[in-house]
Amino acid sequence: MKEAPSMTPVVELKDVHKRFGANQVLKGVSFAIPKGQVTAIIGKSGSGKSTALRCINRLEVIDSGSIQVCGHAVHDSGIELRRLRMDVGIVFQSYNLFPHLTVEQNVTLAPKAVKGLSAGDARAIAERTLRQVGLAEKAQAYPEQLSGGQQQRVAIARSLAMEPQVMLFDEVTSALDPQLTGEVLRVIEQLAEGGMTMVLVTHEMDFAARVADSIIYMHEGKVWETGPGAMLRDPQTPELREFLSHGL
Amino acid sequence: MIEGGLNLYHLQLLLVGVMWTVCLSVIAFIGGGMLGGAVALCRISPVKALRWAAIAWIQLIQGTPLLVVLFVCYFGLSIMGLELPGLVAASFAMVVYVSAYLGEIWRGCIESVPRTQWEAAECLALSRWQRMRLVVLPQALRIATPPTVGFMVQIVKNTSLASIVGFVELVRAGQLINNSIFQPFLIYLIIAALYFAMCFPLSVWSRRLEQRLQFGNRLPSET
Repeated sequence: MKEAPSMTPVVELKDVHKRFGANQVLKGVSFAIPKGQVTAIIGKSGSGKSTALRCINRLEVIDSGSIQVCGHAVHDSGIELRRLRMDVGIVFQSYNLFPHLTVEQNVTLAPKAVKGLSAGDARAIAERTLRQVGLAEKAQAYPEQLSGGQQQRVAIARSLAMEPQVMLFDEVTSALDPQLTGEVLRVIEQLAEGGMTMVLVTHEMDFAARVADSIIYMHEGKVWETGPGAMLRDPQTPELREFLSHGL
Repeated sequence: MIEGGLNLYHLQLLLVGVMWTVCLSVIAFIGGGMLGGAVALCRISPVKALRWAAIAWIQLIQGTPLLVVLFVCYFGLSIMGLELPGLVAASFAMVVYVSAYLGEIWRGCIESVPRTQWEAAECLALSRWQRMRLVVLPQALRIATPPTVGFMVQIVKNTSLASIVGFVELVRAGQLINNSIFQPFLIYLIIAALYFAMCFPLSVWSRRLEQRLQFGNRLPSET
């Protein structure tokens, strides 16, 4: 069901550098993500993978290099941030749902406030996206009444409700036990089948190998190795081989 | 009546004093709350000048005794040609005082909403004001309620200073009565009881709110 990858990538990083104080986190990172594809970024903690992801929607501002996302020059300080954020959805490791709002209100908040949708239209979107993540019956619950996996699926629905061009997933299953991880991964897999362009930073190697169209292995702030999902069975560099052998 | 004792008329005067104490407290809370809200927002504003102005205001007022603020308002404003009645001068001083404290309390409450909430709202393309209004302030409000109610106790007690500029609230009413019957111990004991009757319910309410908030945070994550 996937769309054929078009020629111009949806996300393109070129020679991106980023430092936090004395710590050079990204040392010239370049990669491109074609439309409709799922890309998994893997690597040890501290390899810069989460930072690279956060740079894509300018949660972190890069020091040098360039980032193009859906026609937005993300590295440009004059960028219209809200336009960028309308095109790029992100889901966090810690869900970050709004605890004072119901599940439905969490999902309808941005469509109403940002896109100016009526309450009825926004509710229709919430119904659709919540059904997509299998939580339609929880619309009136508060986040604290849900399990971690359910909260994360609401966070995905909340992001989907803005109908982004690209979805970023920042270690979205790292805070979940294996059973709950499964239910979240199934939702992501469905999105992949629906042709959503996605970038996921993940520790789920089996999942990455199965669902991702391409894999980016990051090591010490650089893109170390890239390839299709099969590359995880046949690592080319000793670093990736060692990383994979640590039982992940 | 000639031998002089506490009579019904005196008690009535004290109750009128209570009324004015409550009145001044309410004015101080509402006026100080509005100004304090503005101070809190300025304090966390991205505009440096606003931030500095708010810090200066807070430091200035918190570093000055309320009594002195009161004198400055009462005498200072009258020098400027504004002949203010006690109530207005006292209200003015209390609003100034409350704004600095509530501003700082509320600033803390707003900042105790996790950064990740700002981030999540930002990533949904909400504008800064929308993030504040729809995501952060509603959560800060919950955190702010117990300390705010707790601070109301301070407001009620500190209105007693207004007696010094001749505003007849509870303490001033007591002084007037004492001037005629010379039973300071009895009078001030009654006044203390009246203050306690006003403040104790607020303290209890504040403690309840605090417990409820902690309970809310400890709710199990299962349905």
